[in-house]
Amino acid sequence: MIAEKEHIAGKETPSPGGNVLVIRNLFKSFGNNHVLADFNLEIQKGESVVVLGKSGSGKSVLIKCIIGLLEPDKGSIEMFGKNIPDLDEQELDEIRAKVGFLFQSNALYDSMTIRENLEFPLRRHWIEVSQDEVNTMVMEALEDVGLEHTVDMMPAELSGGMRKRIALARTLILKPEIILYDEPTTGLDPMTAKGIIELIVEIQKKYNTTSLVISHDMNCVRMASDRVVILVDGRCYASGTFDSLLKNPDPNVKQFFE
Amino acid sequence: MKVKLFLTEAGELSRFTGRFFKQWFRPRYEIAELMRQCYVIGYNSLPLVGLTAFIMGLVLTMQLRPSMVDYGVESQLPAIVGIAIIREIGPVITALIFAGKIGSSIGAELGSMKVTEQIDAMEVSGTNPFKYLVVTRVLAATLMLPVLVLLGDAISLYGSWLGVNIRSTTSFSLFWTQVIDNLSFSDVLPAFIKSYFFGFAVGIIGCYKGYTSSKGTEGVGRSANSAVVVSSVVIFVIDLLAVQVADALGFKLKT
Ligand SMILES: Nc1ncnc2c1ncn2[C@@H]1O[C@H](COP(=O)(O)OP(=O)(O)OP(=O)(O)O)[C@@H](O)[C@H]1O
Ligand SMILES: [Mg+2]
Repeated sequence: MIAEKEHIAGKETPSPGGNVLVIRNLFKSFGNNHVLADFNLEIQKGESVVVLGKSGSGKSVLIKCIIGLLEPDKGSIEMFGKNIPDLDEQELDEIRAKVGFLFQSNALYDSMTIRENLEFPLRRHWIEVSQDEVNTMVMEALEDVGLEHTVDMMPAELSGGMRKRIALARTLILKPEIILYDEPTTGLDPMTAKGIIELIVEIQKKYNTTSLVISHDMNCVRMASDRVVILVDGRCYASGTFDSLLKNPDPNVKQFFE
Repeated sequence: MKVKLFLTEAGELSRFTGRFFKQWFRPRYEIAELMRQCYVIGYNSLPLVGLTAFIMGLVLTMQLRPSMVDYGVESQLPAIVGIAIIREIGPVITALIFAGKIGSSIGAELGSMKVTEQIDAMEVSGTNPFKYLVVTRVLAATLMLPVLVLLGDAISLYGSWLGVNIRSTTSFSLFWTQVIDNLSFSDVLPAFIKSYFFGFAVGIIGCYKGYTSSKGTEGVGRSANSAVVVSSVVIFVIDLLAVQVADALGFKLKT
């Protein structure tokens, strides 16, 4: 077992940035529903990877395993050199401070104003932070998504696209080194979706973040990806640049590009 | 089938309660959130508790009076009403009102947070959601219900004094002396202690129902509803147990 791991590790050619995220032999099932079966993925620093998969193929399960919200049955998920399933609560929190997570359903706190929503991760991760600093960071994050004027509103008063952007601002506020996006454009009209994708690309450039995007929106895949990974039957079925996959004749790959 | 469902549910609830006891005394302590919850839970139920307590006291007195007059013991009215309110009606009615208001709101709030992934979002933001949401609410409910019961008892007795005064005149101090003289420590203490258990039951059941709700927004309504139903039943069960325990411990029931 150990020898096999070393063998795999030895095969890697270390990239200049190094791997930020390495997933090996990941298994996760719910009862008889084998959602992830032997999933492997590596993401280098600064890289932007899009995971494509059908609805219900386990994309959300995958990134929930990465952030430690779900416990995998088997396999390792190394982020910043630490194996996520092995970490205790405190170590996990330290890692999570460096990771942004954009929920599919936004998950804005209904009972809090936009300001309080954005302050929440700041206050919870960094307990020693002055009110002035907090205010500056909140406004800075809102500026990044162009919604400064909503700071004292409640989430219920915003449109779906605005909520997505606020959720993005909340993800950005900690200046994460890696951001995990769960279907950032689903449920939005094409124009708004395009705006969100542009925002994601802009953020990638501005903060040089590593990103893992889950999507089945072709615009998103084309614009935001350095590399595309196709998730079929719980495994990484194919992987490559958008253009190379576009030419791939395999029907399992083709179906996504029609 | 129903029995099996009931047993699974009871098992899950016990596990949830176990998790509460494992977590509540460990840092990090969510003091600020606990204070906020105490305020929300305690202060917001005050008007409702006050109103129902007042009416209970008044109506109970008016209903009891004819029988008391028949038996020629009208002068004992404050004593009887006082005992009934302090020992049983005050704690149980307040707890039921509390279950209706707080149990359902906790169930609905946590339920909607659960189905919209807000609880997951908290976890990702460096917060233990169980501590932040569940422990604070359960502790706040446990601490606030006894306070509400005491206030409710006082308001009830005031209502009762007004009730006495409809047909005759008694000064408040005389009424009060009559109530106090007929109450002993063993009347007040078990009633006070059992209201802690009522508060805990409402808190933990509301949180359990909300925290484990599923199946979209429909599940949220169901959580809120069953939080009230289950905690109301549990309040009566605790009441039944409390009277037995108090008896066994020598807090003799007056005859
Ligand atoms: N907590 C859970 N308990 C049981 N089954 C689950 C759970 N979460 C996900 N599943 C199952 O795992 C499978 C994958 O779900 P997942 O949410 O990852 O899909 P997805 O790829 O994100 O789809 P979508 O594009 O619709 O968001 C589904 O069959 C779902 O029923
Ligand atoms: Mg999903």
